[in-house]
Amino acid sequence: MIKVILPAHLKTLAHVGGEVALDVQGQVTQRSVLDALENSYPMLRGTIRDHVTQKRRPMVRFFACKEDLSHESPDAPLPHEVAAGKEPFLIIGAIAGG
Amino acid sequence: MSKIRVLVGTKKGAFILTADGKRTKWKVDGPFFAGWEIYHMKGSPVDSNRLYVSQTSGWFGQIIQRSDDGGKTWHQPGTPPGEPTTTPDGMPKGESNKFVYDTSDKTGKPLTTHQWYDGTQHPWEFKRVWHLEPSLTDPDSVYAGVEDAALFRTTDGGKSWQELSGLRGHGTGPQWTPGAGGMGLHTILLDPKNPGRIYIAISAAGVFRSDDHGKNWKPINRGLKSQYIPDPDAEIGHCVHRIALHPSRPDVLFMQKHWDVMRSDNRGESWHEVSGNLPTDFGFPIEVHAHQPETIYVVPIKNDSEHFPLDGKLRVYRSRTGGNEWEALTKGLPQKDCYVNVLRDATAVDSLEPCGIYFGTTGGQVYGSADSGDSWTPIVHDLPAVLSVEAQVL
Repeated sequence: MIKVILPAHLKTLAHVGGEVALDVQGQVTQRSVLDALENSYPMLRGTIRDHVTQKRRPMVRFFACKEDLSHESPDAPLPHEVAAGKEPFLIIGAIAGG
Repeated sequence: MSKIRVLVGTKKGAFILTADGKRTKWKVDGPFFAGWEIYHMKGSPVDSNRLYVSQTSGWFGQIIQRSDDGGKTWHQPGTPPGEPTTTPDGMPKGESNKFVYDTSDKTGKPLTTHQWYDGTQHPWEFKRVWHLEPSLTDPDSVYAGVEDAALFRTTDGGKSWQELSGLRGHGTGPQWTPGAGGMGLHTILLDPKNPGRIYIAISAAGVFRSDDHGKNWKPINRGLKSQYIPDPDAEIGHCVHRIALHPSRPDVLFMQKHWDVMRSDNRGESWHEVSGNLPTDFGFPIEVHAHQPETIYVVPIKNDSEHFPLDGKLRVYRSRTGGNEWEALTKGLPQKDCYVNVLRDATAVDSLEPCGIYFGTTGGQVYGSADSGDSWTPIVHDLPAVLSVEAQVL
C-alpha cells in the first residue's frame, strides 16, 4: 500500500485523521497515486490538481524522501521507498501568503 | 415566534448567528470550514434548511458545501467517498467542486479570451465562486457567479454545475476587463414575477439581463457614466459594485456603482443617478427594505483609494424616497476612529416587522438593526473580515 499524507485542510475535507493508504495499480507515479487518491476520495478532485488540465495547483507541493518532487514529470516513477510503502508521499500546502 | 438565522461568510470561516424574533439575544455558532475563505453562503427561499456555501482557498481551490439541516451538518454534494466516480457507461458522476467553462463546439468554442489589464487578450481562468443564488422555486437549483466572470447553474443540488455560456458569448465578452479585485460575477438577481428574467453584475463589465432563463443576454448599462474609462458612456466596462431589487416591484433596480448610486425604473434599460445629498457616493453594498420598495440603504466610504468611512464615522444612509434624499443612520454605530469597510455582499435584510437589517465589516463586526436602521447593535465584535451576510426568517 502507498502511504500518502495530506495537508490539514484536505484531511478535513476527506474526513481522514492520519495517513491515507492507497492501493495503486501499475507503476507508482504522481499521476497514479493522485488517480487512486481521487478515486477513493472524490471530494479532493480539483483541490490538488486542476480538474481539466490535471496540472498541480500552483501552491501545492509534493515531497518524498526529503526531496521536492513538485517539478518532476507526473509520469516519472516515485522513489522506491514510496512505491514499497516504506516512506510516505507528502502533499503540502506551500508556505506563502506572508 | 419567528426565529432569525444570519449566515456570515468571512476570510477564515463561516458563522451562523441565531436569535428569536425580538433580535436582541444572539447565539454565535462556528467557525465552520475554519481557515477557508467563505465568499458566500445562502439558503434556499423554499427550504430554509437547505444552505449552500462557497468555500475557497488560494491553495486548494473551490469547494461547494451543502447543508440539509440548517447548518448542523455539511457535505460536499458530489460523489460520496467509496462510490465509483463514473457511471457504468463511463460518464463522470457529480463533482460538486467542478466549474469548467463551456468549450463545446456549438456554444463554447469561441469563448476563449477576454481583455487583460494591459489591453491584450487573456484566457478565461476559473478562480472561485463569488455568489450563490438559490432558485426561488426549487431547492436543488442554484446559480453561481464566478471569477473569471461567468454564470453557472446546478439543477441537482450542487452535484454538478453547467455554464450558461450565452452570457460570455453574447458579444461583448472579449472586451470585459478585470477590476482591481478581479473579474467577478458578484450579483445575481432573480425576478420573482418573471421566472425567466435574471440580472447579473460583473466587475468591471457592468450589468446584464436575460429574459429567457439565462440563454440569451444583453448589456443594460445605458445612463451609467464612468469617468475612469475611455468612453464614460460605453456599453460595457462600468465597475458596478452591487444591484438590488424589491420582489414586489422587480422592474425597479438600484445600483451602487464604483462611484454613483443609480436607479432604473425599466428593468435596466436606462439608469439615472440618485446619489443626491450623500456625503460621498462611493461604496459597495446597496439594499432594499423588506416591506418598503422605495426605502434603500447604502454604506458610503471615502473614495476609491481609501476604503473606509468618511471622517472615521460608520454611517449607514437610508433613503425613503428611492434615492436622492438620504439620512444618516448612526445610533449604535461608531462615530469616531472607525476605518472598516462593508463589502458588496455583506448586507442583508430580514422580512420581520419591523424590517431587520444586518451588515458585516472588514473589521469583523456584524451589526444588526431590528427597527429598519433607526438603531444598531453589534451582534458580534471580533470575527475575521466579513465577506458576506445573508438573513433567513425561520
